[in-house]
Amino acid sequence: MPSDPGALATALDLILGLDPDLLGIVVLSLQVSLTAVVLATLIGLPLGAALALWRFPGHAVVVVALNALMGLPPVVAGLCVYLLLSRAGPLGELGLLFTPGAMVVAQVVLVLPIIAALARQQVLELHQEYREQLTSLGLSRLRMIPTLLWDARLGLVTVVLAGFGRASAEVGAVMIVGGNIDGVTRVMTTAIVLETSKGNLPLALGLGIVLLGLVALVNAGAYLVGETARRRLG
Amino acid sequence: MPHPSRIALTAIGLLGLALYAQAHAQGSENENGEQYITLASTTSTEASGLFDAIIPKFTDKSGIAVRVVAVGTGQAFEIARRGDADSLLVHDTEGEERFVAEGYATERADVMVNDFVLIGPDGDPAGISEAASVAEAMQLIAEAQAPFTSRGDDSGTHRAELRLWDAAGVEPDGKWYRELGSGMGPTLNTAAAMEAYVMSDRATWVAFENPQDLALLFEGDEALFNQYGSLAISEERHPHLKHDLAGQWHAWLLSEEGQQAIADFEVNGQQLFFPNAAE
Repeated sequence: MPSDPGALATALDLILGLDPDLLGIVVLSLQVSLTAVVLATLIGLPLGAALALWRFPGHAVVVVALNALMGLPPVVAGLCVYLLLSRAGPLGELGLLFTPGAMVVAQVVLVLPIIAALARQQVLELHQEYREQLTSLGLSRLRMIPTLLWDARLGLVTVVLAGFGRASAEVGAVMIVGGNIDGVTRVMTTAIVLETSKGNLPLALGLGIVLLGLVALVNAGAYLVGETARRRLG
Repeated sequence: MPHPSRIALTAIGLLGLALYAQAHAQGSENENGEQYITLASTTSTEASGLFDAIIPKFTDKSGIAVRVVAVGTGQAFEIARRGDADSLLVHDTEGEERFVAEGYATERADVMVNDFVLIGPDGDPAGISEAASVAEAMQLIAEAQAPFTSRGDDSGTHRAELRLWDAAGVEPDGKWYRELGSGMGPTLNTAAAMEAYVMSDRATWVAFENPQDLALLFEGDEALFNQYGSLAISEERHPHLKHDLAGQWHAWLLSEEGQQAIADFEVNGQQLFFPNAAE
């Protein structure tokens, strides 16, 4: 591939040159994806834990549906959120379409099933292990949720990272609900699509390398936090 | 044993952070108190760089920013039909007139033209560069069963291509005819990789940076004329839109100044769009 050295050089130029346009795109990408992951975590962890602890009629259906939604194609999520936020749709009054807010909503839809389903699995295993101790302490199931989530925290970091990976990598949903508007809703992945369509493959690949680097940085940060915690716990 | 309240506190802290980031992300749009309109338009105008050249001139004069959502013409119509764009700039005159007739737009005006060109492998296996008309060129491609990549995405360019096949009396069908369902740029990328023929608007082709062995083989037939039109969305249908600001944009495009800005836009020293608003 003749464009390989070009792409690496372009990536280096982009990073070292601190291009203000690129900086804006990077900041927006991180804001949108991190906000979506934080919101999905706040909803998904308790939801997953509750599904691990409670049984109710239709429980299996909910669990299977949640697992299936992990494979929801981003473009379908984007389309659904678009129809919801469009002026002709039920939430059109909010005026969120083609704003970063709409992109956050779409990514929450994508990330929430992953975090909830994987958290359910982690909490379920932990609960089976400690059920008797927890019951002997006289804890209600509601009180068990924070305890179990806290005890599972090292594994849950990976769960949240998986959600972040999904959010930062997808392009189908943010393209539809954000519109890839220059300086307003253009993020790393939509910029890569645009440069590819212009045939500017080195710049597209260079942006891809920058994105990969960002995701690696976030993961490295989480790894360090996890390792420090592990060592403290002995 | 961690106290549940500690977890709750952490959660509230994170939520605060998320809301702050969100408010910040939202706030940065309007930090200059800037007015803006949303313009639904086509990939050809965006990918060629036309908007980067003309929108700043309009914004300087009017104080109105223009946010471009660049999609295929079919999707652009749909976005405008649902009331999600303040203005529309596309290139499918028939579709535009239907849009007006259906009452979604109150006015349609010619803005500019560019033209379509036929691109293909440098060696030109079907020999279309010798053709006398675009109809003959397309017949030659079909007879040679030479690979042809079509947009296949209901865009203005795709609709124009289908009309040209029809006019040439050819039913584009068979293994040689490949509908990609992609934008102009991706279609050119695919044609370059497959050494296929492809019809492109001239602007996207000239600005395209990955031609490999592709070359411009046929141009100049009047049937390849590509008219762009600006539409004023109906206030009656969508009262919530920014009709006043969108009206200023529509009028500026048609004004002497807007037309001059379009004429001044060049890529590699070549003018790509030719203003033709009615005087």
